Amino acid sequence: MKVQGKVFKYGDNVDTDVIIPARYLNTSDARELAAHCMEDIDAKFASSVRPGDILVAGKNFGCGSSREHAPLAIKACGVACIIAASFARIFYRNALNIGLPILECPAASETVAAGHALSVDFDTGAIADLTNGMIFSAEPFPPFMQKLVAAGGLASYIRSQLQNPAIAPA
Amino acid sequence: MGMTMTQKILAAHAGKDEVHAGELIQAKLDMVLANDITAPVAIGEFPRFGRKDVFDRKKIALVPDHFAPNKDIKAAAQCACMRQFAREHGVENYFEVGHDCGIEHALLPEKGLVSAGDCVIGADSHTCTYGALGAFSTGVGSTDAAAGMATGEAWFKVPPAIKVVLKGAPRKWVGGKDVILHLIGLIGVDGARYQSLEFAGDGVDALSMDDRFTIANMAIEAGAKNGIFPVDATARRYLGEHGAREPVAYAADEDAVYERTVEIDLSSLKPVVAFPHLPSNVRTVDAAGDVPIDQVVIGSCTNGRISDLRIAAEAMAGRHVAPAVRCIVIPATQRVWLQAMEEGLLKTFAEAGCVVSTPTCGPCLGGHMGILAKGERCVATTNRNFVGRMGHVESEVYLASPAVAAASAVAGRIAGPATSQSNRQTF
Ligand code: SF4
Repeated sequence: MKVQGKVFKYGDNVDTDVIIPARYLNTSDARELAAHCMEDIDAKFASSVRPGDILVAGKNFGCGSSREHAPLAIKACGVACIIAASFARIFYRNALNIGLPILECPAASETVAAGHALSVDFDTGAIADLTNGMIFSAEPFPPFMQKLVAAGGLASYIRSQLQNPAIAPA
Repeated sequence: MGMTMTQKILAAHAGKDEVHAGELIQAKLDMVLANDITAPVAIGEFPRFGRKDVFDRKKIALVPDHFAPNKDIKAAAQCACMRQFAREHGVENYFEVGHDCGIEHALLPEKGLVSAGDCVIGADSHTCTYGALGAFSTGVGSTDAAAGMATGEAWFKVPPAIKVVLKGAPRKWVGGKDVILHLIGLIGVDGARYQSLEFAGDGVDALSMDDRFTIANMAIEAGAKNGIFPVDATARRYLGEHGAREPVAYAADEDAVYERTVEIDLSSLKPVVAFPHLPSNVRTVDAAGDVPIDQVVIGSCTNGRISDLRIAAEAMAGRHVAPAVRCIVIPATQRVWLQAMEEGLLKTFAEAGCVVSTPTCGPCLGGHMGILAKGERCVATTNRNFVGRMGHVESEVYLASPAVAAASAVAGRIAGPATSQSNRQTF
């Protein structure tokens, strides 16, 4: 699968409190959450992001709280993919569990600039900066995680596992 | 190849003799936790797993604590959703406001719901707190919690480990909070990312159970998957006193592999404070400079236990909170609240000019009960000082121990406890 979109760029340690501030966590409605996504570091994000756009950030993206509202809000904004130098572990598993594509790629994280057009191929991990022609390659997921993403998240994966227990990670 | 304590617990719960760092496993769970923010999302997901009932009514804990007592109509709806699910599925560990309630990570150990050797997930990042009891426990998201409630299992990538060797004994006014902030200052907010922090060394003996809860609680603030302590006499006594199941003590193998070892001499530590906006921006209090403050919060799953309140009261006794400061004290559980009342601590706080709240997360996550205005500064015994964590995006949170928080409330600026009477000097 391939996606293409415009880059929104952020730095290191983007925490879940700025992705979706706790003052909005009195709802679980993804669209309501999306309206406040990234508000405390980029007040214009929610109104300017378009379906298919891509977040590029530094290291430890999604650190802090375990709130799944953070990847849910990003997904509900229409973001097609997050590329970071590294992800905090709870955010990483939450994104996989809800079927939000994420890629670790320190080189792209360092080089790709805001506003550039980016094309990402999830099957090969190839990231192409269409604005300047640069190509990067991201770490591919281990097979179990590829299955999770392919199933569209943990719930669909576990249901399919009920029918076919042979695909358990162990 | 030898295994760490965490790896041994994971192997046992995955039904394997051995696991290796990096391996993906499916493990059986002894407890699945969620709160009023994360449970509603999990409950929404639950039907998608194709199971009618929860896997075990005794092994699920649902705790209304973040926006409870209900702070507004939407929060009330979230709590109602959780309450209804608990009733429908006969979830035994649901803790209603006022009924032996409290902040989840203070409450579960207090109720004896986690024992040594357990494998626990919670839809809350500070679920790592129970590592203090020698359990493997880690924070996950709501979908994982829903899967856990439905199947009693979770997938894990077996973590490599950092060994943290503690030596000596801390001086007066130095506690668990200073130890963990010092460590995070050393290794950074992603210094233990995807790893377990395995505490060891003779210094462990010198730490009270409450100190260990504080330390394990903030393992996540170094990016760790979990933090874990050996099961010694202190842990066994605590587990026994709180009616926990018979502990299963795992110990790391002699030849366990660690990615690195960090040594901390507890006797050399001084009280510290983490400046905005990362828990790793750690300075000793005596190097904090002149930082006037508007608010102090003493509470949370990090430092809202009885020994925290005793220390704060001791640092505050006979003194008064500075006129410009609002000091909010929040016992972490109903039991802590009652004990503090019986010991006269609540009276000490009230007479010193503090307000004492019912147990709640409240201001810790910028929920309610003490939100900061633009430009305001707060010294808090909580665990995160991210941008906007406790209110306005231009407010500031400084993380510290109960001793430093209480001394700062009295001084009206960041101050150490030993000399807060004479206001401006520090240790
Ligand atoms: S007290 Fe703070 S850190 Fe602890 S569970 Fe509540 S909101 Fe989270």
